[in-house]
Amino acid sequence: MDPVAAKYIGAGLACLGMAGAGIGLGNLFGQFLSGSLRNPSAADGQRPTLLLGFALTEALGIFSLLIALLLLFAV
Amino acid sequence: MASPTEQFAITPLSGPLFHISNAPIAFTNSAAFMVAVVLIVVVFCLTTSARPSLVPGRLQNVGELFYEFVANTVRQSAGHDAMGFVPFVFALFSFVLVANLLGLLPYSFTVTSHIIVTAALSLLVIGTVIVYGFAKHGVGFLKLFVPSGVPGWLLPMLVVIEVISFLSRPISLSVRLFANMLAGHIALKIFAGFVTSLLAAGFWSVLSPLPLLLTVALSALEMLVAVLQAYVFAVLTSIYLHDALHPGH
Repeated sequence: MDPVAAKYIGAGLACLGMAGAGIGLGNLFGQFLSGSLRNPSAADGQRPTLLLGFALTEALGIFSLLIALLLLFAV
Repeated sequence: MASPTEQFAITPLSGPLFHISNAPIAFTNSAAFMVAVVLIVVVFCLTTSARPSLVPGRLQNVGELFYEFVANTVRQSAGHDAMGFVPFVFALFSFVLVANLLGLLPYSFTVTSHIIVTAALSLLVIGTVIVYGFAKHGVGFLKLFVPSGVPGWLLPMLVVIEVISFLSRPISLSVRLFANMLAGHIALKIFAGFVTSLLAAGFWSVLSPLPLLLTVALSALEMLVAVLQAYVFAVLTSIYLHDALHPGH
């Protein structure tokens, strides 16, 4: 296979990992919303935890994006 | 068109100051921005604490808010006996925060988008945890790797997993910050590049405002990410310090 073509296919495949981050973020915010609608008074106290979870989950998607970017620009 | 990775190029601003085994060490744009970051933080802290009074004025309030935010984070994640580490976490938090935000300015350089910088920061954190843990608990610090209340036949496997998870902490801590900054800035540059390539596309240049709007939205997201990643770095640092203080699970 042409190495340049393989590089681009690999970059596209690496982006599939972001699907997992998408599922995770949807789960995170969905669960927070359903929990905070049940008990709105407790929601404000948990907002830092929500943002921490957001950043930790988002970072995993960024890792796969990083692999794609490395393939595109660095390899 | 310039490559999206051009913004991360490190260029020497001076001639080589000295050599370490034939590698020239010069004052680079990265070093200049690190100096700028430290200057901003120091000037901020000095001005907000210049004339302390019992009833804080406006400036002093800003400084105290900033400091108490970090102090509360440490108290919540690491416990009361970790309050001695507040200056350490405060220094890390303010350095990462100001470096991230400074990098968002057009034509500036993002210090934290280089893994060597974030790796040095996270190795400092993990080194502090290991040295302090052994200094405080001696060999008892190794209890960190032995979870309590597990059946004996499972224990060897869990110890291996705990050791691996401990060793991967500096990697994940540094790669998280570096990858977020790198990917965010590259995405900004790529969408900005769409604007110029659409403008050159004849009739379809009517679509060029769309990627411009997306660039604005992405800048807002990057602002959030810059603050959030600094916060996450501080929180994870306090969680790891908690392990150094209380190695038993």
